[in-house]
Amino acid sequence: MIGTLSKFKSALRPIGHVNKILARNVSHFTYQPDEKSPNVDGERTKMNMFTAINNAMDIALATDDSTLLFGEDVAFGGVFRCSLNLKDKYGADRVFNTPLCEQGIAGFAIGVAATGAKAIAEIQFADYIFPAFDQIVNEAAKYRYRSGNMFDCGSLTIRAPFGAVGHGALYHSQSPEAYFAHTPGLKVIVPRGPIKAKGLLLAAINDKNPCIILEPKTLYRSAVEEVPVASYECELGKADVLMNGNDVTLIGWGTQVHVLREVAERAKNELKVKCELIDLVSILPWDRETVCNSVKKTGRVIIAHEAPLTNGFGAELAASIQEDCFLHLEAPIARVCGWDTPFPHVFEPFYLPDRLRCFEAIKKIVKY
Amino acid sequence: MLSRSFNLMLKKAWISHVKMIMPENYDPIPIYRVMDPEGNILHESQDPKLNKDTIHKCFRDMVLLNALDKILYESQRQGRISFYMTNFGEEASHIGSACALSSEDLVYAQYREAGVLLWRGFTISQFIDQCYGNYDDDGKGKQMPVHYGSKKLNFMTISSPLSTQIPQAVGSAYVFKRRANNNRCVIVYFGDGAASEGDTHAAMNFAATLECPVIFFCRNNGYAISTPVKEQYRGDGISSRGNGYGMAALRCDGTDLLAVYNATKVAREYCLKNNKPIILEAMQYRLGHHSTSDDSSAYRPAEELEIWNTVEHPINKLKNYMLKKGWFDEIAENDYVKDIRKKIMIQNQQAEKKQKYDWREMFTDVYDDVPDNLQKQMKQMEDHLKKHKNEYPLQNFKQS
Repeated sequence: MIGTLSKFKSALRPIGHVNKILARNVSHFTYQPDEKSPNVDGERTKMNMFTAINNAMDIALATDDSTLLFGEDVAFGGVFRCSLNLKDKYGADRVFNTPLCEQGIAGFAIGVAATGAKAIAEIQFADYIFPAFDQIVNEAAKYRYRSGNMFDCGSLTIRAPFGAVGHGALYHSQSPEAYFAHTPGLKVIVPRGPIKAKGLLLAAINDKNPCIILEPKTLYRSAVEEVPVASYECELGKADVLMNGNDVTLIGWGTQVHVLREVAERAKNELKVKCELIDLVSILPWDRETVCNSVKKTGRVIIAHEAPLTNGFGAELAASIQEDCFLHLEAPIARVCGWDTPFPHVFEPFYLPDRLRCFEAIKKIVKY
Repeated sequence: MLSRSFNLMLKKAWISHVKMIMPENYDPIPIYRVMDPEGNILHESQDPKLNKDTIHKCFRDMVLLNALDKILYESQRQGRISFYMTNFGEEASHIGSACALSSEDLVYAQYREAGVLLWRGFTISQFIDQCYGNYDDDGKGKQMPVHYGSKKLNFMTISSPLSTQIPQAVGSAYVFKRRANNNRCVIVYFGDGAASEGDTHAAMNFAATLECPVIFFCRNNGYAISTPVKEQYRGDGISSRGNGYGMAALRCDGTDLLAVYNATKVAREYCLKNNKPIILEAMQYRLGHHSTSDDSSAYRPAEELEIWNTVEHPINKLKNYMLKKGWFDEIAENDYVKDIRKKIMIQNQQAEKKQKYDWREMFTDVYDDVPDNLQKQMKQMEDHLKKHKNEYPLQNFKQS
């Protein structure tokens, strides 16, 4: 994990011809800043996603003295720079490194939260969250339920970089959201850019339930937009309709939203097909109403995610849509996903549910 | 010096001959004892001189725990409760440690520490109601029997996955440390088997590096279900691991209430004064079966139990100490046993008759509120029950 680090950092800072070559794989999407800014007064400033996350944690640490931020290598600023300068600002007892042990990080974080203090725990890559799976699934998620609400760890937030990054191969690319979506008691959230990342992270930190926020790491530097400087929250459990259309509903989250946006533009121009684009935002609990209202209008739906197809979260969406929108469906629900393989290194361009695979899915679904 | 050292933490320099450090080169950690099995104090300086009332409460709590165990064990055999785990042979480690703690200290337990709750004031009815999962169970009937918890008594709710509570205890201790004028530590109990889990390693290393006031209290009772300790580890028990983590360690006789008391008191003072963790290993013997789902005669001979059931029995030892002090009144104690047995029996009958929570409680406390999907599922079940109410045990559940 440590060995790959410098490679990542250089890849995310495209300078010189070597990095241009590396960057070729990264550009399977084009980042689109949010058109609608959140309704927050005051100054706005350009932030990329890691600075927006840094800003959110800065606010959380400033607002509540009980808030702690910890994980592997967070003290010097984090391997993705998300915690930059926070140790200097808030002290080494509030922003600190832990030993290299994910089950320990999660267990420690639950114990912090069980006292009522706010815990922001970082797992360095979502690929390495599995050693903490037991603590998250058996403990964090069930803490309130099993004690009859005597105890809870609601002030726990786990952050983890996730998703494809161009060359992350098996253990720096995974999208494990579906594993957690099967766990009552958790909230699982994925931002699509800086504005959402800040608002969702603050909402997660203040939410009274354990939250996992999966941050698409390929957006840390590449996604830049005007982010309100003040504190604000984005509602958990609420999907965003980013483009309106009557012909096909496209559903994605994280980086995939940007792939789908591009595809929707192309479908409008080349096929005269108007897509309705939905960023699901919250994987658990998810916004069934927004999704089903859209599908009832369009009659066609395509779900796209980077994670493998079989038992991916698309399966839950498809089953629920089929149940609620049966009489409105004009075509079978389509899923454009990662293949049912581990996430490969050199084959990444063939693995991802990219623009072309999504565009082909639109062509096919409108002709059905 | 630093330039010649491989690691900032290693202080010792070089040797010029290969030297393996063998397990037998380490001195085993001795077992601290205060009294012999006859109740004689071995060194007068070590007598904690607990007053008569305190010793009496210790003794009676051990006896009460024992009586509760016997009756609830039988209740399970009769099919009245689904499951039970006794505390036989380990009563002194519960009561002795609980007595040395402040009631504000936070307890994380495994499942065989009911005596700690008893010491703190958990009532006979609270124990029994939890085992029946009835309307008076604070846990609302959601967990298996013996998974107790009490917010009021600073006793975190027990969960079945072994060792998960250990790194959690460290996190809580870290929060306590940051509070001004902190006078609370955390104690986390676990067995010798649970000490093999990865979470135990995680917790000990985190506690040492993050300097947390936590007592790791290991009940080393010789067995993890059927697995004897020689198949669990090959080192000098659990307390010897303290050195590897850079942590203080103590080992005591877990059947000697006074030794457990003294060791816990010292451990607590050390934690709070230094903001550091300590391992405290109580050596004892699991006299009962692992649980009601286990028959321990399948893996250990009856003769093995004999000594632990008599001379090395924690209740006998404290009784001998009390006799020496002239504090033991045979008649009063017999009356006490009769009295609590009656109370337990009555409570057992009452708990059985109490209704369970409304079945809708199944959907609450998953989150802080009930989200749409769960409200929808609750409604589905309501509609289903309207059609099939006679096929479900609704009469045993409150109706709202």
